[in-house]
Amino acid sequence: MTTDDVAIVGIGMHPFGRHEGVSGMDMGVSAVRTACADAGVEWSDIQFAFGGSAAAGNPDTMVSKLGLTGLQFINVVNGCATGGSALFSAYNSIKSGMFDLGIAIGFDKHERGAFRVNTRSSGLGDWYGESGMALTTQFFGMKINRYMHEYGISNDSLARVSEKAFRNGSKNENAWRRKPLSMDEVKESAMLSYPLTQYMFCSPGEGGVALILARADQAHKYTDTPVYLKSAVVRSRRFGSFEVMAPSVALEHNAGPTVDASAAAFEMAGIGPEDIDVAQLQDTESGAEIMHMAENGFCEHGEQEHMLAMGETEIGGRLPVNTDGGCLANGEPIGASGLRQVYENVLQLRGDAGERQVPNNPKTAYTHVYGAPGISGVTILAK
Amino acid sequence: MGKQVPVAEGVFTWPSDEPRLIGSKCTDCGNVMFPTQSGCPKCSGQTTETVELGRTGTLWTWTVQGYPPKSPPYAGDASPKTFEPFGVGYVELPGEVKVETRLTVSDPEHIEIGMEMELTFVPLYTNDDGDEVVTFAFAPTAS
Repeated sequence: MTTDDVAIVGIGMHPFGRHEGVSGMDMGVSAVRTACADAGVEWSDIQFAFGGSAAAGNPDTMVSKLGLTGLQFINVVNGCATGGSALFSAYNSIKSGMFDLGIAIGFDKHERGAFRVNTRSSGLGDWYGESGMALTTQFFGMKINRYMHEYGISNDSLARVSEKAFRNGSKNENAWRRKPLSMDEVKESAMLSYPLTQYMFCSPGEGGVALILARADQAHKYTDTPVYLKSAVVRSRRFGSFEVMAPSVALEHNAGPTVDASAAAFEMAGIGPEDIDVAQLQDTESGAEIMHMAENGFCEHGEQEHMLAMGETEIGGRLPVNTDGGCLANGEPIGASGLRQVYENVLQLRGDAGERQVPNNPKTAYTHVYGAPGISGVTILAK
Repeated sequence: MGKQVPVAEGVFTWPSDEPRLIGSKCTDCGNVMFPTQSGCPKCSGQTTETVELGRTGTLWTWTVQGYPPKSPPYAGDASPKTFEPFGVGYVELPGEVKVETRLTVSDPEHIEIGMEMELTFVPLYTNDDGDEVVTFAFAPTAS
């Protein structure tokens, strides 16, 4: 620990899933109250907040329920990296020396079915959506189809990732989908976007997460089990990368924002992929988890086939991935999704993950989010 | 009987016996983009010229849209009862750019990465004037 380190000292979550009659904002409020109780602080102790939501209202209006304390509250809207961006901002607000105690909040509530894309706010012509191409699911189908062609990943591996996700989700009381599914059930469900079936995709959903951050040298005032944030990085795409919502892609190839964010996060933390004990990787669909294993530096392209078959990414494996069931079992409330990953890693590092606890006392943990329009966020935690 | 009209002006040449997609080329670095845009993502150049893109290329990747897209924004048949799955892919136009496009084929058994493709058009819907609105698509090249 160095004097400018930042610790996570309190965590709160409103269960993910579908909650009739509960607004997204109220899920955020619930998560904040739980996080405050976890850290043993009052809302009035919190000096600043960064709050993110894509579809459930302006987060700063939640102060009317939490208490009008006059704190600095900044709303964050940054696509699928909204939660990661809130955490990045909170981290740097403490690291800079400006504040001692703050909170990152994310919540959301989306309509049923695939995300409805606003082509204009994405900088695209109406013709793109009218023609039937403004669907995030198509991108994921096309990216994994190309990847399977290049690196020999099989359909069985896609099904194996989903099977693992729902099995892990069944051990998570806050998960949305808690029923284990067999590989055959995954493969035989409706084909949504070839080669991806219904149970290989996550669904837009609902939920809320809050994380309380403090100066590391004051962390023990709030908790006996502080978890240190060693890096928080957000990167956008560079020329030549293949991204969601792209009417065209350059002929020349660039590896994309995940590779950049991952490399920067490892450099900041001063450790490498081989040092990570547990990882939460963006699994919008099962192929995404497979590709992101390599893009984040945990294996070579194509190695995933063997790793999955050997169970290396299971909770008891060499590198447990998506121990809480990931997006596949939890759904994707955009504002909350990235913070859910960090919440899970804090539980794992505290040793509080119950039935899904990674064995052998994990000391380091990694999170990664990816989404439109080609943005990635990575954090590295250590205890 | 109505006529055929394009889904939007400026996306492809219309009417034309041999329509082409309309893109931009950076006047500084030569980077080709689709659709047209005023700045270059490669070199940050601020001037581009409008160009007509090639009509043939190879399939770089693909999927099949298996469920009705939400409408709006989709303007085609989104009824769960009558919706027909359609192919979507990226076609690599040699020396230019890879363009995202609908495909005229939707049976995975008949679609393959690397296959030769050429530009064509598909009907989307009939508008209030009785005109048939069309968008661009790529079809396997007849061998």
